[in-house]
Amino acid sequence: MERTNSITKKIGSIYFSLLSPKEIRKVSGTKVITADTYDDDGFPITMGLMDPRMGVVEPGLRCKTCGQRVGKDKCPGHFGHIDLAMPVIHVGHIRTIRDCLRSTCRECGHLLLSSKQKDEYFQELKKYEQEGKNKAPLFKQIITEARKADKCISCGREVGKIELDKPTSLRENGKKLTPSEVREWLEKIRDEDLPLLDINIKSARPEWLILTVLPVPPVTVRPSVTLQSGERSEDDLTHKLVDVIRINQRLQENRDAGAPQLIVEDLWELLQYHITTYLDNQTSGIPPARHRSGRPLKTLAQRLKGKEGRFRSNLSGKRVNFSARTVISPDPNLSINEIGVPIRIAKELTVPVRVTVHNIDWCKKIIIQKFSVNGDSNEYIPGVNYVVKDTEGMKRRIKVTEKNAENIAENLEIGSIIERQLMEGDITLFNRQPSLHRMSMMAHRVKVVPHKTFRFNLCVCPPYNADFDGDEMNLHLIQGEEAKAEAEILMKVQENILSPRFGGAIIGGIHDIISGGFLLTNKDRKIPIEDASHILAATGFEGKLPKVFTENGKRYVTGKDIFSTLLPDDLYLEFKAKTCLNCEKCTAPDCPYNAYVIIKKGILMQGTIDENSIGAFNGRILDRIIRDHGMGAGREFIDKVTRLAIAAITLFGFTTSIEDEDIPDEAKRQIEERLNKAMKKIDSLVKAYENDELESLPGRSIEETLEMEIMRETGKARDSAGEIAGKHLGLENSAVIMAKSGARGSMLNLSQMSGCVGQQAVRGERIHRGYQYRTLPHFKKNDLGASAKGFVASCYKKGLTPTEYFFHSMGGREGLVDTAVRTSRSGYMQRRLINALEDVKVESDGTVRHAGGQIIQFEYGEDGVDPSRSIAGKSVDVDRIIADIREGV
Amino acid sequence: MVKEKIRIQFNIMSHDLVPLHEIISEKEKTELLKKYNIEPNRLPKILSTDPVSISIGAKPGQIVKIIRNSHTAKEAIAYRFVVESSI
Ligand SMILES: [Mg+2]
Ligand SMILES: [Zn+2]
Ligand SMILES: [Zn+2]
Ligand SMILES: [Zn+2]
Repeated sequence: MERTNSITKKIGSIYFSLLSPKEIRKVSGTKVITADTYDDDGFPITMGLMDPRMGVVEPGLRCKTCGQRVGKDKCPGHFGHIDLAMPVIHVGHIRTIRDCLRSTCRECGHLLLSSKQKDEYFQELKKYEQEGKNKAPLFKQIITEARKADKCISCGREVGKIELDKPTSLRENGKKLTPSEVREWLEKIRDEDLPLLDINIKSARPEWLILTVLPVPPVTVRPSVTLQSGERSEDDLTHKLVDVIRINQRLQENRDAGAPQLIVEDLWELLQYHITTYLDNQTSGIPPARHRSGRPLKTLAQRLKGKEGRFRSNLSGKRVNFSARTVISPDPNLSINEIGVPIRIAKELTVPVRVTVHNIDWCKKIIIQKFSVNGDSNEYIPGVNYVVKDTEGMKRRIKVTEKNAENIAENLEIGSIIERQLMEGDITLFNRQPSLHRMSMMAHRVKVVPHKTFRFNLCVCPPYNADFDGDEMNLHLIQGEEAKAEAEILMKVQENILSPRFGGAIIGGIHDIISGGFLLTNKDRKIPIEDASHILAATGFEGKLPKVFTENGKRYVTGKDIFSTLLPDDLYLEFKAKTCLNCEKCTAPDCPYNAYVIIKKGILMQGTIDENSIGAFNGRILDRIIRDHGMGAGREFIDKVTRLAIAAITLFGFTTSIEDEDIPDEAKRQIEERLNKAMKKIDSLVKAYENDELESLPGRSIEETLEMEIMRETGKARDSAGEIAGKHLGLENSAVIMAKSGARGSMLNLSQMSGCVGQQAVRGERIHRGYQYRTLPHFKKNDLGASAKGFVASCYKKGLTPTEYFFHSMGGREGLVDTAVRTSRSGYMQRRLINALEDVKVESDGTVRHAGGQIIQFEYGEDGVDPSRSIAGKSVDVDRIIADIREGV
Repeated sequence: MVKEKIRIQFNIMSHDLVPLHEIISEKEKTELLKKYNIEPNRLPKILSTDPVSISIGAKPGQIVKIIRNSHTAKEAIAYRFVVESSI
């Protein structure tokens, strides 16, 4: 709010440069010489690491440099400095240092190029500058060119070979260069050569790459925390600075006392180590500095780098207020647009409401109503947590309690802001990580519910990719009217039913909803009138009861008619159901399997409702309703289908158990026979191979041919085992209903459970690794047979033999590794893609432009069509038009 | 008399995968820039040394119109601003 009045300024340019030792000393609030922080009385030591001249952390204390306090007056903290006894190399600049040494003369500092070459490069540089081209390759070329010289042109000194031992040690012709020597050398480099070394004279001198004075960051950057025990705990940076000062002191003492060269060098080396780790504690080649507990210290580079670093975790993304997170659970009675928010959360989250002449009465009422209700009724009554009064620019936040509620309400002024608790109907954003597409964050209307979990309609699981095995999700409460409107129009669940990925519904029936639809509409199911009214009541049906017919004195309604009550009257549709067997000769529209759906005038004439009708990814009815009647109707349809199908399936009862995988002994025998046949076939293939009788396939070696033939045979064996088992698994079987209707599982799953698991593969080949010439010691060497190479003849129900189990684990492991690798890799790809595309948008003229105004596409997608408004990617649905004309609509 | 050297090279413009490129006239250029309300350097670019530029003789400062086959729109039109190459 305060910010709106201040002038926003645009950053013209930023440029980075090195701090010179002089500048470091100039900005320094104090020189730091003591490695200690606080004295015994708990006061910061002067010229210690917590010297108040570097700023203060405790509120109330005044900074000794600027005299201001930390919070209110905003003392930003001030740098200090440590004078290093001996120079030290800065790890971050080691490559630049190396390149400077390689391309200059140690004696006179001249760049090792002829003046003609220099002139040429200066010209080139100027040209690059004008064209705005990347100069990096040119600088690289200059260095390679300079390294070719073996003698200095101006003084004739022989050029030594400079080598870099990671991380910070340099050698000339094998002899170690001390940082002092390096610094002396860099000092000699002439200003006029610097542009060719990619150094701007205005911003840096090469010798500044060697540290002689170390800036100490302000105390505010590395605050110490007081633990409950009263013990002080210092920041990692402070710890590291303590080390630096200690060694620096010892180095100075030893050097001044004229200690042996060896000792001085060791200490110097140690100082280098400490400063290197202070800058970056993950420098390769040296062990990371550790805390007493053994945890590696988080030093400067670690604060910025990576996912947990300042950029990715504090600047690109932040923790927010007005949000909540808890476990999710399903509730089919909620609309897809709704979300059930627990009372506990509802009481915590607030929305600011400004008090005006129009709403002051309402505001007063809401402040007191919570306390005026007698007893603890289970009903949720929203209250007000805070009232913010704005008197003469001073903001006062008053907490509303039972005691002062009456008083606050009475004295409520226009212009104050009340922080009202969550109310039913508020718009919130609901999100589940990983947020891979825009449907990962959608707007829901609040419904306050008891208990502790967020609840939502099951149909919204696919876009969030959520299940209820402990998943947690986040909720964000929208604070402003503008944001509310935007979320309502763009982000509400019903606006996102159609996916921009393929132009079809991504929200729709899943699992039991599909099973329920199937049970209700399969064959000519008759439902007693009592049950029918029960199901219809679940959808809130208010129209005329569907056609009732009498049979044996009992009154019935057909399941199809019940389902038809949800369909709009103008719906004409024909399509193949999921249950369609794809018969060789399709007999549609007279499908004997009830797998051809025909809807006329909004009445389901024939066919079974399953995944292809109401499912999340290819529900045809759903798709059609949305296209013809809009998102609102689509939402209503989904809501009602959920309730109808759940009511139906609850009424009929639906369960699956291990018995569903039972097959008669006769079938088991047949499967065994079939598998034996396959084994024999494989054995004969192997024999043929061993006798060199096998004919190789075109472009394959004999071995490859054998493998392919065997793989084909094992595949066929598994399929026919599944077929045999499938013959005995009919539609009276719940598992089969789920597989056939598309609710869950597949026939392959079932055939693996009751038929045969089949060939296990690693990297698409039969399993061949393990022992010498064999997979396991249970087999003969060079055995090429089926069971020795990972064929699992048993089914899951019967159980696997030990060797089969082992092979199965090998195959399973590959699957796990694959998913693990895939998710991390695709995550990184996604990140790069998003970063590249984040500020590309479609302008009002249809062009796609970058933030800089550059045109990326002249027409969005070349055709200007929004894929979520397209018909499976096409802008016109020709088939639909023809069908409609035929139908005479 | 020295015989003129004839370069025998495949004409890339007749390749199936190279879409049609045309240099647009000054008039069309001003119209285009007005239509999109854009400075030429905000357009996608093509180097003057690009084989296509050489082949059609496009010079820096000109704009090339490209007519491509499109999966979505059957035919899509794009423009590129010819820029000098420093190579
Ligand atoms: Mg889960
Ligand atoms: Zn200060
Ligand atoms: Zn020299
Ligand atoms: Zn069929």
